[in-house]
Amino acid sequence: MATLNLNGNDVSLPDDPRTTLLDFLHQHLSLFGTKKGCDHGQCGACTVLVDGERVNACLVFAFQLEDCEVTTIEGIGQSDNLHPLQQAFIERDAFQCGYCTSGQICSGVSLLQELRNGDPSAVSYNSKVSLKEDISERMSGNLCRCGAYPNIVDAITDVIALERQ
Amino acid sequence: MTTPNSKIVGSAVNRIDGVQKVTGQARYAAEQMSEHKPLVGWIVASDTAVGKIISLETGLAEQSEGVHAVVTYKNAGPMKPFSNPEDEGRFTQSRAVLNEPYIRHFGAPVALVIADTLEQARYAASLVDYTIEGQTPELLTHFEGATEVPDSLDGGFEPDANSGNKPDNNDVKTSVNSTYTTPSQISAAMEPHATVAEFKNGKLEVFTSVQIIAPAVQALAVTLEMDPKDIVVQSPFIGGGFGSKLGLHYDATLACIGARYVERAVKVVLSRRQVFYNTPHRGHSTQQMTLSANSDGALVSIVHRSAMPKAKGYEFAEATGAGARVTYQSQYIESTHRVKDVDLPLIDSTRSPGDAIGSLAFESAIDELAHEAGVDPLTFRLNNLPVVHPMKGTPFTSHNLGECLRQGAQQFKWQHKPQPSNGKVIGHGVASAMRMNIFVESSAQVEIDEQGKVTVCTDMTDIGTGTYTILAQIAADALQTSVNNVTVQLGDSRYPASCGSGGSFGAASTGSAVKRACEALIDSIQSQLPAELSNAKLYVEEGKIKAAKPNAEDSATPFLITDYIPTNTFPISAIGKVSEDDTSDDEQYSCGAHFAEVEVDTYTGEVRLLRQYGMFSAGQILNIKTASSQIKGGMVWGAGYALTEGIHHHEDSASFVNPDFGEYHIAVNRDIAEMSLDFLEEPDYAASPVGAKGIGELGITGAGAAIANAIFDATKVRVRDFPITMDKIISG
Repeated sequence: MATLNLNGNDVSLPDDPRTTLLDFLHQHLSLFGTKKGCDHGQCGACTVLVDGERVNACLVFAFQLEDCEVTTIEGIGQSDNLHPLQQAFIERDAFQCGYCTSGQICSGVSLLQELRNGDPSAVSYNSKVSLKEDISERMSGNLCRCGAYPNIVDAITDVIALERQ
Repeated sequence: MTTPNSKIVGSAVNRIDGVQKVTGQARYAAEQMSEHKPLVGWIVASDTAVGKIISLETGLAEQSEGVHAVVTYKNAGPMKPFSNPEDEGRFTQSRAVLNEPYIRHFGAPVALVIADTLEQARYAASLVDYTIEGQTPELLTHFEGATEVPDSLDGGFEPDANSGNKPDNNDVKTSVNSTYTTPSQISAAMEPHATVAEFKNGKLEVFTSVQIIAPAVQALAVTLEMDPKDIVVQSPFIGGGFGSKLGLHYDATLACIGARYVERAVKVVLSRRQVFYNTPHRGHSTQQMTLSANSDGALVSIVHRSAMPKAKGYEFAEATGAGARVTYQSQYIESTHRVKDVDLPLIDSTRSPGDAIGSLAFESAIDELAHEAGVDPLTFRLNNLPVVHPMKGTPFTSHNLGECLRQGAQQFKWQHKPQPSNGKVIGHGVASAMRMNIFVESSAQVEIDEQGKVTVCTDMTDIGTGTYTILAQIAADALQTSVNNVTVQLGDSRYPASCGSGGSFGAASTGSAVKRACEALIDSIQSQLPAELSNAKLYVEEGKIKAAKPNAEDSATPFLITDYIPTNTFPISAIGKVSEDDTSDDEQYSCGAHFAEVEVDTYTGEVRLLRQYGMFSAGQILNIKTASSQIKGGMVWGAGYALTEGIHHHEDSASFVNPDFGEYHIAVNRDIAEMSLDFLEEPDYAASPVGAKGIGELGITGAGAAIANAIFDATKVRVRDFPITMDKIISG
């Protein structure tokens, strides 16, 4: 039976080929940490990691992910074992309503890896662009209507500083 | 850890619901009742704005795999029609849908397909065939088209007001005569409106995303012709509201009538595009202004005339002239509002109704006048501040606009502009913010158990504003315990009715109710103590309720409350209530000054924000961290309103050209640059018992105008049609 690995556990893929990864998480697994904000890849609220890279869960069908490793917010950290970025989001108040937050954090976790890898962004070629601006650019696929952007950048900057200590 | 007499209110306590939100454990409306999987409803939307359904074929859809029902006007069951003349209150009036074969606006539901899965419902919806005999929709397309005087304006303002005498021509040295337009805008909260509903033994249980709970119960009772006692509405987490969730919308009605029809739980989640049509938006505005100053640079005349659309059958009109009436002293002030009934989706509150778009226009026009008069725009504003309400002559409970402008300019370094790089120009802009403070009826219950654990219950909501946290802070201070020792339960219609979230009134009103409840709780405990101890000061420490008798020799040796009150008396609870009587009749305003530094590319017209700064005065700040976040959020909205946001109307079909995040551009992370703010704190106990005033709408009021004025300062191009996109700057 075709499976994908979700947060460390194998789960069977759905029969309906129309089912997106996002709807699969919600409808089949009752796993609601990943949010649906637009269902069209325009807002980033459903960002998850697929084999370590960030992906909009609304833009992939579940059946495309056979044997892939998927990490959702539930796999990033737990209440008693928060990821440093989750803790930084709390300290920096990098969210208000919380609806885009799962996606922001998954995106941010992936961003940290992209920086470690030296992956380019649309502005990173320019030596005049600051780290904060680069983070802003890299986080621009994740909309936040509460307007937590400055605090989100601060939270990610804190974790980078922690890593570079 | 308890430190009696510590001041928790105001401090930067982390959100108490923070862990739930960063781990994805906070449950929003669509995620409820997952244990027995509600059926899924999908809307078949009208492709015509106004008309009558003359044919409706649902057979194919009904036979489609997984489909349980197709609900239409033919089988939806009894509902009280929308907009009956006797209906009162826009959040309690009927929200009927699918109750008649008539369509009132583009995108309105024609049918609800209910199936086991979303995929099945959505596919089957494509099989529903309908024909609508359409009529030409009415829209507001020009200023003169708005001729109706609205019955009332949001915030209780009179539609028309004037004061003073028109100045003689000799007294007028400088005048500007400008017309500004702002586009239709939408709240676009990240969580689409969603409802899960189920009837259990004749009772209706509803999870929905709504800012104010009690009227939502009433609206469902009215719509479905039920007894409100048989309805429970819960909204524990709300993924943003910004006015769009003040009342219930079609997702709620459809889930309820769907659940009534299939006799099972039904979930209806709006798609992003459905949010644009099935929930409210802000109408577009045209604001004509004539502003005049005398030779001393003093304002002598302010005339502001506003024209906006109003949705048919729905009483909402915003006071775009509110800022023009209160921000500056002027010999003569005149402000009028006209509307036109249109065939558009609901038009209702969007963050800071009136002032968000009123300030865009008015503060830009004030800037024009300052430049015409040859006076620095900051100085011009400072020179024209009112001492009392400029039209009514009544005093303000507190008024710190001048200090916000003065100290804000210092912090921002108003006089210091950086050198632009090649091909760029840099500008500074300033704008004033005056946002009326509203204090309303609210109530809450506070309970304490024998271990001193405190629980606050109210049907108040937290839409991201930090309500959970500030109510815990208020209770912790009042009962002398720690925030960790307080549990806050919100968003449930079985709890005492609060004001809900909206109009920036939530924190001050419900916060005051919680404070009252704590005081009543202390009174209740003290009254059960022996007379000589009845004025002992309570506190909670190490899992015990203790007290110390003030001014007594033995005050150093506190006693246990449970030594005097039997443990089976606990938990002890009390209700706290506040009403409009608890606030002053004087003018109440939160004040602020916004500053912006922008860089504009002279070849492309591209605007980049370099800095946004604000100085605000809003009474007692309840939590400096969450308050700052909320203000920043407003400033981000200001950037969007100045530069990117706007619904484009397709006039022939009365539809929207850009109803999604791909085309309706809210600000993204990279649009925002350095942003900072400060508060001039001054508890205003005339405004509310906790001394707080509203902040949710203060942050956006004036934020966009500061950016627009900075663009003018940089380019000398005055764009009067928002948003200020690059094409308008280049052609200006």
